[in-house]
Amino acid sequence: MSFLVDNFTLLRDGFLTTLSLALLSGLLALLLGTVLAAMRVSPVLALRGLATFYVEAFRNTPLTVIFFFLVFGIVYIDLQFPTKFVAAVAALSLYTAAFVCEAVRSGINSVSTGQAEAARALGLDFRQSLTTIVLPQAFRTVIPPLGNVWIALAKNTSIAAGFAVTDLTAVLSRLANANGDQILAVFAAVVAAYLIITLSSAWGFSVLERKLAIVR
Amino acid sequence: MRISTRYAAVALAVGAVLTGCSSEAGEAANDAAENTVAVETDATFAAGTTMARIADAGELRVGTKIDQPGFGLANAEGTPEGFDVEMAKIIAAKLGLSEDQIVFQETVSANREPFIQNDQVDIVVATYTINDKRKEIVDFAGPYYVAGQDIMVAKGNPEGITGPDDLAGKTVCSVEGSTPAENIRTNYPQAQLVLYDVYSKCADDLRNGNVQAVTTDNVILTGLVAGSPDQLELVGAPFTEEPYGIGLKKGDDDFRTFINDTLEESFEDGSWEQAWDSTAGAITGEPAPATPTIDRY
Amino acid sequence: MNGARVLFDVPGPRARRRQRIGSILGALLVLGLVALALWRLGSNQQLDPNRWSILFDPASNVPQRLLAALVDTLQVAAVGMVASVVLGALLAVGRLSDHWWLRVPVTVVIEFFRAVPLLVLILFCFLYLPKVGISTSPFGALALGLTLYNMSVLAEIFRAGINSVDRGQAEAAYGLGMRKWQVMSFILVPQAVRRMLPVLVAQLVVLLKDSSLGFIIGYMELLRTARSLVEYFNSLYGDTYTFQLYVGAALMYILVNVLLSQLAKLVERRTAQNVKTTGTAPLDVPGGVPALTGQVTGTV
Repeated sequence: MSFLVDNFTLLRDGFLTTLSLALLSGLLALLLGTVLAAMRVSPVLALRGLATFYVEAFRNTPLTVIFFFLVFGIVYIDLQFPTKFVAAVAALSLYTAAFVCEAVRSGINSVSTGQAEAARALGLDFRQSLTTIVLPQAFRTVIPPLGNVWIALAKNTSIAAGFAVTDLTAVLSRLANANGDQILAVFAAVVAAYLIITLSSAWGFSVLERKLAIVR
Repeated sequence: MRISTRYAAVALAVGAVLTGCSSEAGEAANDAAENTVAVETDATFAAGTTMARIADAGELRVGTKIDQPGFGLANAEGTPEGFDVEMAKIIAAKLGLSEDQIVFQETVSANREPFIQNDQVDIVVATYTINDKRKEIVDFAGPYYVAGQDIMVAKGNPEGITGPDDLAGKTVCSVEGSTPAENIRTNYPQAQLVLYDVYSKCADDLRNGNVQAVTTDNVILTGLVAGSPDQLELVGAPFTEEPYGIGLKKGDDDFRTFINDTLEESFEDGSWEQAWDSTAGAITGEPAPATPTIDRY
Repeated sequence: MNGARVLFDVPGPRARRRQRIGSILGALLVLGLVALALWRLGSNQQLDPNRWSILFDPASNVPQRLLAALVDTLQVAAVGMVASVVLGALLAVGRLSDHWWLRVPVTVVIEFFRAVPLLVLILFCFLYLPKVGISTSPFGALALGLTLYNMSVLAEIFRAGINSVDRGQAEAAYGLGMRKWQVMSFILVPQAVRRMLPVLVAQLVVLLKDSSLGFIIGYMELLRTARSLVEYFNSLYGDTYTFQLYVGAALMYILVNVLLSQLAKLVERRTAQNVKTTGTAPLDVPGGVPALTGQVTGTV
């Protein structure tokens, strides 16, 4: 136990890095994913095509590969992220946005047709009916799948450890390597730290779901 | 077949045999500096010892690295090659096993000790530094080589780095959890560490100018420099001693003595030197160093 | 709200012209960016055919290695897929059980494995199961880790699917004198699986991609093999082939995953045409039963 106390600062910093990685990328992915979902139901064929291509490409590529291209690949087109943390946020948001898009789109599809018809009958145009009528309702039904995406994102931040971001997983490998006799304690501490993030947000999302559920 | 002079030069430098093939990389397949060790045919061991068990099983399970040029690097066929691999062959031969009877398993840094403790491998030969903390949970035969921590910089050494003291204020790349990274963190805290999970990413970052230096054991750096001699260079002033040992199960003293004897024998009969010349020595172009002294603690 | 076409009118001639101009401008912009990227790649010699030929030249042994690694990836993923679908269905039924002594532990199992990072789970299976006497090869540990994680995600997907089946179906089955296990296994689960097919396949794609985490325990799947080749060629030629090898591996993943998704679409269309299942086609789910939409995307 004293071993964990000795390394408390290290674990806490790793925890905070993981948390901020997840929060920042979660926010960006939510924005980008929503825009993509709107593109996928838009009247313009080119926008629909572009969004579909984006989603298919990012959903079917392992996250590690995306990380690799953003950290080492873009050098070949003379681009560079200022820090590894920013590169990690970019990789995580770009990847997660594809899943957010699919979740939001399923939500849009779940809003009953009558709602959109009524909006259109009132004279609202595409943008207005989407932003004031459909999306607010869609977001309620997609809270559980978005919750899943968020939890997966929180765990996926562990890939950043391989790309020079000192998150919880990086702390795990540092401590495990230096303390072969304490590996079980290291594991337990790191898993517990992840559980704090994932379980508490799972609980938060279920509360939110119950609060916002639409009774039909 | 057209081979640009640069590729040819590099290929020659690593001792590749250039024969007709259709792509530059294809020739790598022919780069097999085969090194066969005479297998002991009448090896017998007292019943109950680890040696007897392995000889009977007809297979030696070896944990090694597959990403460190010169010591343990998987070739284009996926077979590990290097000085560590040659050490394993020498031990296998003494057990009466041919090199086909060695089963290699990649050991990632984070799991070398559990590998031995869980009996998933018989020995670990994986640029494995002997230290007291590790000795508490596993035993070491050897050392069979003494490396030293060194620094790799961009060609021409634009930052003028000559030793670890010059790293202050510079970005230095290494691998998370490794002994060299730990050493920089504790003894040279002014250096800014950038930590990946493998050294090849550090080399990429140094080529891209994202870091100013890479630090780890000199033998690993030498392997990286060999691939890009016109982009990278080694400072060449080791500032630590890293005795590489062969990890085995704690308390198996018979087996440890057996490996130590085997190593000493290979020091004397020249097979150790031969192993060096065909692997790490082929990369550095330097003759084998003086043999280390076995530590029979 | 299917197709979402209600959201906008059929465009008139002026709107169509505007859209066409917009589309052309947008396409030009995208093409411009792609061209710019290609130009930069070209000026960094990354488009040199000699560099790309390594992916197809058998003498380099690269195509053989990548294909063999793809087979290894597919093998471990296939084991994980079958095991996690079966166990996931069982867990879903367990979580819907009327008995608390079954429901509670199953819920704990599902929630725990959903919450732990897969990387840590795989490492744990490999390093700690042997300590309690269960010996695992890298293949076994990876398959087990993938199964434990995905079975719990799939259990939630199936549960949502079972909940979304019209109540009348279960009532009719009970009315016919079926027992609970019969209702579950003959009536509810088959309909749920069919209905959740798109989500199920999305999750299987995730499983396939996640097999790349096997690098942590030294399983030589596709991505690790690509990296190993990069490291080998690095030692001979510097970073000459790095970009090409990773692009090759990425394209192989995308190809296999897109094929898997297309296969699912095919199966979906076929089952949708089947008269017996028309009553359960996803299109007929009344406007977003929360429990159904609740899980529609699986996880990342």
